[in-house]
Amino acid sequence: MSVQFVANQLNKQFGKQTVMKDVSFSIFKGEFIFLVGPNGGGKSTLIKMMMNILAPTSGSIANHVERIGYLPQVTAKQNRHFPATVEEVVRMGLPKTSMLKKANASEQWQIDQVMERLGITHLKQQRIGVLSGGELQRALLARALVSNPEVIILDEPTSALDPSMRDAFYPMMNELHQQGMTIIIVSHDLASDTHEANRVLYIDQTLLFDGTFNAFCESKDLSPFIHTHAPHGEHHDVG
Amino acid sequence: MWDNIINVFQYDFMVRAIVVGIAVAISSSFLGSFLVLRNYSMIGHGLAHVSFGAVAIALFFDQTPILVTIPIVILASLFILYLSEHSSIGGDASIGLFSSVALATATILASVRGGFSTDLNSYLFGSILLLNTLDVWIAWLVTILVVGVMIFYYDELFVSTFDESYARVNRPQIAQINVVLAVLTAVIITVGIQSIGVLLISAMVIFPGVIALQFRLGFRNTIGLSVGISVFNVLVGILASFALNLPTGSTIVIVSAIVLLCSYLGNNVIQGVEG
Repeated sequence: MSVQFVANQLNKQFGKQTVMKDVSFSIFKGEFIFLVGPNGGGKSTLIKMMMNILAPTSGSIANHVERIGYLPQVTAKQNRHFPATVEEVVRMGLPKTSMLKKANASEQWQIDQVMERLGITHLKQQRIGVLSGGELQRALLARALVSNPEVIILDEPTSALDPSMRDAFYPMMNELHQQGMTIIIVSHDLASDTHEANRVLYIDQTLLFDGTFNAFCESKDLSPFIHTHAPHGEHHDVG
Repeated sequence: MWDNIINVFQYDFMVRAIVVGIAVAISSSFLGSFLVLRNYSMIGHGLAHVSFGAVAIALFFDQTPILVTIPIVILASLFILYLSEHSSIGGDASIGLFSSVALATATILASVRGGFSTDLNSYLFGSILLLNTLDVWIAWLVTILVVGVMIFYYDELFVSTFDESYARVNRPQIAQINVVLAVLTAVIITVGIQSIGVLLISAMVIFPGVIALQFRLGFRNTIGLSVGISVFNVLVGILASFALNLPTGSTIVIVSAIVLLCSYLGNNVIQGVEG
């Protein structure tokens, strides 16, 4: 397996506040990772460093990936009045496209393919303001996937979804994983119906756990952080 | 009234007013659509006040206002941006701080020096009918510059206006965008206050974008419609002010408000009919 990210002794301070201390890990192609931890524990800071939009105060992070797909958290502040169609939003994911011009044949093919894959072709000309939370999330996921990225990073992807949509979300992630894509989910939820080989990184300023999903759930050291141990098939809230 | 309107083009000052008005309408609405969508609408209002303070400084030292105003307003705009991004003072508070200090400066300078209050007051409500040929050139050069820069950065503006956190990953040039917007806004406001006035220029930035958004079109069409609406509002405003002997800047704002009301009501009626 080829290495895609190598973090070495990462430290980050904002002013006098330390938000990350001595974090080291490697991520390899094809892994399916949950990055979990409490609010303010450094999850968002870490993914910003992985995407080269925030520099560490000390230490280093090497990113060997050409194309990263990113699904930011869908929040109430999302610009729902923005005058764009679903197709325009998906097209934003093509870094070299010119939004002033009509999509060329290759771009249009990529857009059509990803929309069909996520079942949103019928929403193509809809304005994003009229979409439900689940439809908007699929549109944003299509934007993240349209450039055919090697890695996809999803920030709290299920936070805006109702339970039935959540249940449909993880099989979709498993399908992408089985196609060889590296998946990194930043979440408060550990869904036990995800792939068996899931790796969990638990971060609370420093990296407190790096291992398999099952080992994380059984870890006595981390049990204070896992509020509920739901039966198989349900969600484990760690936040 | 119609005779008056037909006679408008016989007067050079009216032709200049219309030509400058169209230029300011194009640049302010093009930029304004992005500012409205980014919830930065009030920066135009704040920078107009800053430019009023800068005009007072220029008049106090017997300098040409526009040469002093442009650098001061650009610096203020960048400083507001810095404070809103890197300090605990929010964007709204930064705008409020700068505009009140600028107004206080203008008032104190006018009081200390005296004698230029009349000139200063002409900037409050603008003097579009007193523009000269140089003003026409400056207005169009600024418009070409603003529209050219915005077309150059169109993709980054589009993506970052919709979702800035995503844009930072997807478009490396995004760090420049807020600076570009801050500088362009400062330039437009500075040029615009001469014709439209300190108190009304922000209307030129805000109204067209808000009106165009009522029509629920795609992004490019919304921008195009806001430019068209802005030119319409300015033309009708100038002609109506001439025909009815009303203050031009204020008439443009009232025309814009009427168009907004009609488009809002019209669209809600249409939505109601469609169910």
